[in-house]
Amino acid sequence: MKTPQLIYGKRLTGEEKLYNFFAMLGGITVFIVEYFKYFFIPPYEIEETKKHMADFGMKTLPIVSTMGIIIGFVMALQSYFVLEPLGATDFIPGSLGISILREFAPILTALLFAGRVSSGIGAELGSMRVTEQIDAMEVSGINPFKFLVVPRVTASTLILPLLTVYVIFISVIGGYLATFLQEQMNITYYFNSMISYIDMNDILQGMIKTFFFGFMVGIVGSYKGFTTEGGTVGVGLSTTSAVVTSSLLIIFIDMIMVKLGMM
Amino acid sequence: MARNKIIRIENLTKSFGEKKVLDDVSFDVLEGENLIVFGRSGTGKSVLLKSIVRLLKPDAGAIFFEDENILTMKEKKLLETRKQIGFLFQSGALYDSMSVRDNLAFPLRKLTKLPAEKINDKIEKTLELVDLSEAIDKMPAELSGGMRKRIGLARTIITEPRVILYDEPTTGLDPITSKEISSLILSLQRKLKTTSIVVTHDLICAQIISDRVIFLKEGKLYIEGKLETIKEKDDKFIKNFFSNEILTEAE
Ligand SMILES: Nc1ncnc2c1ncn2[C@@H]1O[C@H](COP(=O)(O)OP(=O)(O)OP(=O)(O)O)[C@@H](O)[C@H]1O
Ligand SMILES: [Mg+2]
Repeated sequence: MKTPQLIYGKRLTGEEKLYNFFAMLGGITVFIVEYFKYFFIPPYEIEETKKHMADFGMKTLPIVSTMGIIIGFVMALQSYFVLEPLGATDFIPGSLGISILREFAPILTALLFAGRVSSGIGAELGSMRVTEQIDAMEVSGINPFKFLVVPRVTASTLILPLLTVYVIFISVIGGYLATFLQEQMNITYYFNSMISYIDMNDILQGMIKTFFFGFMVGIVGSYKGFTTEGGTVGVGLSTTSAVVTSSLLIIFIDMIMVKLGMM
Repeated sequence: MARNKIIRIENLTKSFGEKKVLDDVSFDVLEGENLIVFGRSGTGKSVLLKSIVRLLKPDAGAIFFEDENILTMKEKKLLETRKQIGFLFQSGALYDSMSVRDNLAFPLRKLTKLPAEKINDKIEKTLELVDLSEAIDKMPAELSGGMRKRIGLARTIITEPRVILYDEPTTGLDPITSKEISSLILSLQRKLKTTSIVVTHDLICAQIISDRVIFLKEGKLYIEGKLETIKEKDDKFIKNFFSNEILTEAE
């Protein structure tokens, strides 16, 4: 497999930066193609995939729980301040539900997930690269892409949607706490009202993109790790750059999906 | 004694940018022999070893493993060939996230259909060979440099490769450990009938294991022959190389 060589540790001209940017896009595309090529070839490394799913989930759970409850709470409070003077507090659960489902839970979970998981994969595979562990695997006749990259990408593609569902519940509860404090709204009323506003389309729009987000987090982290050069300094650079690149890609994909959804 | 040429290297050339690291290097490796590769730091010894297993792609030349060109063979054939060639990295390159046991089990689980108990037997036997049975449940981070090398060696030989490439197996070790490792390499080679290519700066190690020596200088093959004959050569470069070695050894 050919991967473009990136030059680290030296100041690059604008032209070189542009070149590197396109080299990276090319490299990521190659990674995506290779992923699908090796995904279907046995052995399927199910144990590895499960292990990484558990690991990625546990790593992200505390931060997304905190974020979920606070975001739900704050958003409900904000809607309250806007809607209360209009006497329209009945709309709070519905509008809250829709924004959480369609946008806030998927994108914020994905960004936090990218921060934890993409960097984690980048660091782990990056250190394996610079300490020649990946080379060792390759020369022993084991395909490191298949054993190291494929299970990680599959795991992050599958676990992020689950985390997002969890965050949706948590932030809906956070939202209820806020409305209860302001309005003493009845909990059955809150949920019924929210559900009556939501349709299948909101759920689909919110959830489908999380698979893409999870996939990109896995791919970018693995790509950055695999192409690490320049010792421990290189590992640090790959780690940060994995987070930045995957976060940007998440926002970019989100924009495209929202645009497609509107058509 | 007419032995097979198991590896043939022909006109190997490799540059990084402007720098020509390997320049038209050709030599053969006979089945069952221990070939030492000498050369100063940065002359491309590691590049040479990595080319043999196609971790690096040379710019020109050919590397034949039993008449099949490694550099042009198909992916599948390459996997088969790599299984027959062991590679000991200078750092050991142990898998950090796995215990010693799993490090050794990994290639067996992935490459063979051996049942779990057979794998365990094999691990225990191989660890006995490198005299580190007590390290079986340790993590790589808990091992000393010399232990890592020996575990790396164990992981390399556990799949019973026909050829083993050693990249500086004794560098960075104290003279006693490095003698032990050299003797270990020799006894393994006797026992398992492997062919070895050993890159080293360590004259003692070479004295213990070498059948034949080649010298690389500035990317070219400078000289080849028996260690004793080369050492006697009236050549400034060689004299300098060995006298430096002896001085550093005596320190
Ligand atoms: N991946 C690479 N990219 C660029 N240059 C490289 C690469 N690998 C090796 N080189 C260069 O090739 C030359 C030879 O390197 P090599 O590692 O083969 O030396 P060596 O003979 O093994 O030295 P040592 O005894 O110090 O290990 C060095 O000048 C090195 O800078
Ligand atoms: Mg070297």
